[in-house]
Amino acid sequence: MIRGPLDNESPDRLYALTLGRSHIEQDTLDVVTLIVTESDSEPGMQSEYRRILELCAQPTAVVEIAACMGLPVSVTKILVSDLMDAGKVSARHPATSPATDPLPSPDLLQDVLDGLQRL
Amino acid sequence: MDSKDSDSLGRTTLASTAREGLKIVIIGGFGVGKTTMVQAVSEIRPLSTEETMTRAGEGIDDPANAPGKSTTTVAFDFGRISLTSERVLYLFGAPGQERFWFLWDRLFRGSLGAVVLVDPRRLDDSFYAIDRLEAGGTPFIVARNCFGEQQHSLGDVRGALQLSEHVPLVDCDARNRSSGKDVLIALVEHLFALHTAREAVS
Repeated sequence: MIRGPLDNESPDRLYALTLGRSHIEQDTLDVVTLIVTESDSEPGMQSEYRRILELCAQPTAVVEIAACMGLPVSVTKILVSDLMDAGKVSARHPATSPATDPLPSPDLLQDVLDGLQRL
Repeated sequence: MDSKDSDSLGRTTLASTAREGLKIVIIGGFGVGKTTMVQAVSEIRPLSTEETMTRAGEGIDDPANAPGKSTTTVAFDFGRISLTSERVLYLFGAPGQERFWFLWDRLFRGSLGAVVLVDPRRLDDSFYAIDRLEAGGTPFIVARNCFGEQQHSLGDVRGALQLSEHVPLVDCDARNRSSGKDVLIALVEHLFALHTAREAVS
């Protein structure tokens, strides 16, 4: 459970990918934020960026990008943030309920219930 | 949902109208059947990814593994269910042990709720998760994954777990799609009940 493909990953490569950054300034991306490609990759673009643009031709959650790329979630967030800064992708954030209210709205719950019942 | 389309990479993609991701977390000890349950209800083959952190608790791990820093790498599985053309539910299978709890704050904040999956032979594995969920105010239910004939009633299990009577406790077979679906529905019904209870008070 606690050992996986990442253990075979070269730390140097992860370091190079993120240019040594260990966290992004504003951690605004949730694992289920949906990322959508807005413009094509450019010649010479780093292969990881190209791959994300390819994956997100249809909306794709941050955690799915991470799984498909074999990268940790935190590294994936950094790469996605770079693409957001460059205007290459947009983010569809999950609706956040007020911190004081852990209960989702009845309207949202009804959608979840209906969706589950169709399974 | 037109979510069964595949892209050029062979993935089952979401509808282009998808705009809101939701989370439910299935927590349990090693081997209790979390991934099995995710697999049973997911529209995609469960995927796995990892998160790493240093004991210092900030950002990703120092890739050089600097001396004095301790690293935890934790793998978790997930699947998804397209609910409507706009809403998609992600199900995460996550370990509930104390040393993995940082995942909650980092990855699972904002979850609709949680299912604590328990192995009746190893109830001890669940105490920590239940305590933390209660303390954090995260709505949850408990599901006993049935491995054959049960020696104890659900009442016995409730007593052993010292579970509040307000927390639903159900039996399930994590391998079975319809059973997994019933567990998730029980969680959503619990969330509705919490709404109703709150309105009755106010």
